[in-house]
Amino acid sequence: MTGDKKKRVVVAMSGGVDSSVALALLKEQGFDCVGVTMQLWDYSAKDDACGATTGSCCSPDDVNDARAVADKLGVPFYVVNVEEAFSKEVVDYFVNGYLNGQTPNPCVKCNQILKFETLLKKALCLEADFLATGHYARIANSASGYSLLKGVDQDKDQSYFLFTMTQEQLSRTLFPLGGLTKKEARAYAGRLGLKTSEKKESQEICFASDAGYAAFLSNRITAEEGDIVTLENKTLGRHKGLFNYTVGQRKGLNLSGGPFYVLGIDTAKNRLIIGREGDQYSNGLVASELNWINNAAKNTALSGVLENVTVKIRYRHAGVKACVKMTNGNSAEVRFTAKEKAVAPGQAVVFYNNDEVLGGGWIDHAL
Amino acid sequence: MKRIYFDHNATTPVHEEVVTAMLPYLTEEWGNPSSIHWAGRAPKKAVEEARDKVAALFNCTPAEIIFTSSGTEGDNHAIKGLAYARKDKGNHIITTKVEHPAVLNTCKQLAKEGFDVTYLGVDSGGLISVDELEKAITPKTILITIMYANNETGVISPIKEASDVAKKHGVAFHTDAVQAAGKVPIDLSVLNIDLMAISGHKLYAPKGVGALYVKRGTRLVPLIHGGHHERNRRGGTENVAGIAALGKACEIAGRDMEKEAAHLSALRTRLEKGLAEKVPHITINGHPEKRLPNTANVSFEFVEGESLLLNLDMKGIAASSGSACTSGSLEPSHVLLALGVPVENSHGSVRFSLGKGNTAEDVDFLIEVMPPIVERMRSMSPLYAGIKL
Repeated sequence: MTGDKKKRVVVAMSGGVDSSVALALLKEQGFDCVGVTMQLWDYSAKDDACGATTGSCCSPDDVNDARAVADKLGVPFYVVNVEEAFSKEVVDYFVNGYLNGQTPNPCVKCNQILKFETLLKKALCLEADFLATGHYARIANSASGYSLLKGVDQDKDQSYFLFTMTQEQLSRTLFPLGGLTKKEARAYAGRLGLKTSEKKESQEICFASDAGYAAFLSNRITAEEGDIVTLENKTLGRHKGLFNYTVGQRKGLNLSGGPFYVLGIDTAKNRLIIGREGDQYSNGLVASELNWINNAAKNTALSGVLENVTVKIRYRHAGVKACVKMTNGNSAEVRFTAKEKAVAPGQAVVFYNNDEVLGGGWIDHAL
Repeated sequence: MKRIYFDHNATTPVHEEVVTAMLPYLTEEWGNPSSIHWAGRAPKKAVEEARDKVAALFNCTPAEIIFTSSGTEGDNHAIKGLAYARKDKGNHIITTKVEHPAVLNTCKQLAKEGFDVTYLGVDSGGLISVDELEKAITPKTILITIMYANNETGVISPIKEASDVAKKHGVAFHTDAVQAAGKVPIDLSVLNIDLMAISGHKLYAPKGVGALYVKRGTRLVPLIHGGHHERNRRGGTENVAGIAALGKACEIAGRDMEKEAAHLSALRTRLEKGLAEKVPHITINGHPEKRLPNTANVSFEFVEGESLLLNLDMKGIAASSGSACTSGSLEPSHVLLALGVPVENSHGSVRFSLGKGNTAEDVDFLIEVMPPIVERMRSMSPLYAGIKL
């Protein structure tokens, strides 16, 4: 990059090791870097969430860690306040998802709206050429456009959370960790003496405290007890409020004669539907709000059937072979080649061709 | 990169003469001013001389000055101390909607404890109505607290008239003079002020020191109980170096005030005129005349203040939106809302607060870099619409 004006990159810093390394790598590559942490949550006012000041994401301690890393690397650092957008687009979405008997995925929403809309816009306002994050994913560019690829570290790959990205967003995004393993990233942070090199992995949902997401929801949704019923409409017990359960759950049902699994959440009748291991399997699913990154795949799915893709129906899902057919411009039917268990409405379904994310959507229901 | 500081209402650099005045008390004269032995003598003298200098700036007696750790402590001490001391006489406090959080949140706390608080509004210039103030007084009113000059807009309250009304009704009068002290003349001998808080770091002394004026005969419950320091009014071993610094800073402020005020108001005019000529759709907030000479509060329509400040910072220019104490919050400024500034405009507001080190070149640099930044940010919304969906 010698000769030209340095390209400016705004690096989204959560205060964890990955985004710290992202910043260090880009700095090393000669970019004009600016570190930015999004203040997502008013930690002073809320009683329930983020009682812990660290260990989640973007808490006050995490902001300090991010600032310390930026200082160490000699990079300007800012905190931008996005509390309003986060509360509306992520937290409300999350709560409403449970109210509607779904299993929402706030991390996808946070990426989609907070990072690649709100923060990207702020980056452009700072005359940045790119926004970078510490995601384990890769972006490739060819004549047919930008492609989103899995991270090289199959264990850490986070492409699932990024399926909503548009061509425009991909053209302005850098994922410097895509070619590294987590182990390599940590080692790199250690070599540079970054404060965050040993920091433990963030787990769970960042805005819910250690008490868990159900405790967070219980402050926002009134728990209404109701019946636990089988597919044959036989009542086996009582549930503690539907938001305490997710599809595929086995523990915590407190029923004799188990194991039983949660099959469905019937908010209309306030019933929890359960069954045996074998009842969990379905042939496919219907998804809506589709986003396609690979345009050729989209056209195939629109005009006929997109065969032999691998679909992931939750983040830690190994993936299953399926075919995808668009039923209109915005929805698709996904048929698994072999039955798959625990299709959870509200989660994302992401379509892969080997390492490439072709597109994805939100699960409406199982087929 | 050249660094330009336009945020003197947040804090000021410590004046060279002030550093010189405080250093002995961090080195050879490290004694405790309360000690009877040799080590305490010089520090004791330093504290009392500083008290004389602070009193001289405001034309009160030295015995009426209590040293504190900050403007916030002074406000807390004055408001809570007076309210607790007079709670048998009444429970009503009058303040304004445009106070600093040091006053607003102290009043809020007292409201939780059973006091009634009236918050007076202001006109579009940021001024309270003294008539309205008088009408708000009830037989239960024990305290009126009105800021001398506003930290965000620089607007100077009608303190003489307001304190006269308080006196007429036998109500104690406190003023948060943190922003006004050292910038405009304050003569306590002709004002009916009972309590007044100031802060060192807003007038070229370091952080961690302030003073509270308590008119002779005003009973206050102490905020900090402890030893016999400050005539039993404020416990804690004196911050001797800080106090010496505050004394020196007050001396310098008194000495240079006229010259400084002329310098700052000329720069401020240059800044406001320059921006108005180069950048369309801006408004200057606050009363055009009744203002501190150093403060310019400017609304840039269709622009987000936060991004504007980051862009300025990347050019080396330090400014702020609202007060530093509330930065990090996206709430629109309570001060600008009270002036009737629309929410969208208050989001695009920037406070430039000038000080000793600033020059015409600094101001010209700002006027030069500002138009393209604002233009780019204004063009960003439609540009971004393409990215968004």
